[in-house]
Amino acid sequence: MSGHQNSGATPVAIRLVAVDKVFPGASEPAVRGLSLDVRRGETVALIGPSGCGKTTTLRMINALIQPSAGRIEVEGVDIASESVAELRRGIGYVIQQVGLFPHRTIAQNIGTVPKMIGWDKQRIRERIDELVDLVGLERDMLRRYPDELSGGQQQRVGVARALAADPPVLLMDEPFGAVDPLVRSRLQDELIALQERVNKTIVLVTHDLDEAIKLADRIALLNVGGILEQYDSPDDLLRAPASDFVERFVGGDRSLRRLTLARVDELPFAQGPVVEYSASAREAQDAMERSGTDWFGLTRDGRFLGWVRREQVNGGPIDELPRQPAAAQILPGSTLREAMEVIVTSSTETAVIDDDGRFGGVVTLEQIRERLGTAVRTA
Amino acid sequence: MTTLSSSRNPLVRWDWVTNEWDQIQEALLQHLQLTLLSVFYGTIISAFLAAIALRFHWAMTPVTATTGFLYTIPSVALFGLLVPYTGLNARTAIIALTSYTLLIIVTNTVAGFRSVPASVLEAANGMGLSPRRRVLTVELPLALPYIITGIRIATVTTVGLVTIAAIIGQGGLGRLILDGLQRTFWTPMVVGAVLSVIMALALDLLIYGAGVVATPWARRARVR
Repeated sequence: MSGHQNSGATPVAIRLVAVDKVFPGASEPAVRGLSLDVRRGETVALIGPSGCGKTTTLRMINALIQPSAGRIEVEGVDIASESVAELRRGIGYVIQQVGLFPHRTIAQNIGTVPKMIGWDKQRIRERIDELVDLVGLERDMLRRYPDELSGGQQQRVGVARALAADPPVLLMDEPFGAVDPLVRSRLQDELIALQERVNKTIVLVTHDLDEAIKLADRIALLNVGGILEQYDSPDDLLRAPASDFVERFVGGDRSLRRLTLARVDELPFAQGPVVEYSASAREAQDAMERSGTDWFGLTRDGRFLGWVRREQVNGGPIDELPRQPAAAQILPGSTLREAMEVIVTSSTETAVIDDDGRFGGVVTLEQIRERLGTAVRTA
Repeated sequence: MTTLSSSRNPLVRWDWVTNEWDQIQEALLQHLQLTLLSVFYGTIISAFLAAIALRFHWAMTPVTATTGFLYTIPSVALFGLLVPYTGLNARTAIIALTSYTLLIIVTNTVAGFRSVPASVLEAANGMGLSPRRRVLTVELPLALPYIITGIRIATVTTVGLVTIAAIIGQGGLGRLILDGLQRTFWTPMVVGAVLSVIMALALDLLIYGAGVVATPWARRARVR
């Protein structure tokens, strides 16, 4: 694969052109006329109901399944013109059941492809150490066998093994489907962090819309029979479903789902009715007028002290008034959905942004509603 | 016959053992030789048959039927049937004994290869392992515990069956047993039987040990 990796030669890493797949004996095609471009460095999720051909599509990209018609290009080369072994060595492949070799140690598992393509021992050893750090495993696991690891650890080894020879493309078939939700969420976060460092072209099959929204730059939503219903960024898919099918698939709570796409620190800064403790009662009154609230907040040296109700203002120094600590606090990196959950449980209907101990502004429902009206920009 | 170990006809007359030590040793060696050669040939033929059965779906039934049929032929009859063609010699004994090992080793080998998880094969294919490499470095090692078990059972069975080859003048320790039976003289029979059992147990343990050494991953799993 290294021969046609010349960066910038083409922004398209994977191209499917009018691909059909009819399995022998099947009356209906599994995939019909599918055309799809995946840009280099992009993460694309294939999603859809069972029978939509998402796994079939993925397996056609590394030639585990041969298309009945159409053309597939990887890094600009028609895969039909390439040896299957050569193609697959340039494509990392991660599956739900991991498929680690039970008779090989973790180190041997990770080193499978480098060894096969003839790297020397020293280089393989260094690469294994590098990958173990990258996927967050301990080096003392290298001498163990897969059966001695937990499911989450095995999946990390699977990712390390797929990345071993540094392939430009990574195919993942329900990679986190077999681990419990807590581990799944952590592995998803790790994949995002990993992708920032390795910058692979990733095609991911999932049946979990939240996973697709969280991980993918673009989502290809397939209908039964491998028909592409919509291919868009998660935000566009949720904001503007292209068909009734898409709308039903993304569900009635698509607005809530969109909120998981934006982070609190992406909102414009909002001071809210918050003043320094040294401010006068007059200034506090003004702040409440501006925000239309019956309460205001106090800060001291950039730290949020608490909320004060309007009826308690008596003309004296405002920092001596009784105040309630902020029940609703949120981090700049939190999603708007998390912010909203905090807001609805707060009596002031305002979340205070805690930026590493410092007051970072406030988030209100009004701001979130405004945000939903516009397209969310995802990187 | 009333008491097996009466003083006039004791179970084992040690003076006989001492006097006939050369004969015992020779019988023991022949027994071992017949067993090992039969299992060796049986393993090689079984490997071919299993490979064909695994490679070609249609071949599974004929392979199982043939080896199963061979297994059901009474051993006494098989030795007798072969003699007109191959004579009263070790070759005849080995042909018959080998044919009895096939069903066990073929069945276990096929089961071993079928036990390889689909996800492991999928991963191997997805990484671009050639079919040859996949069979040799992934499937064969993972099938090994089953294959070894097959060879163990076949070996133990063969050690017992070798004694029956005594009827065609072969049979290693079987000759001692036959001799004892014909003369109603217990010592050679007991010596032959006991040594045969010991040989079976020793070979079984040896192959088991070799299997443990050859499959360290399974050993760790056992420890757990």
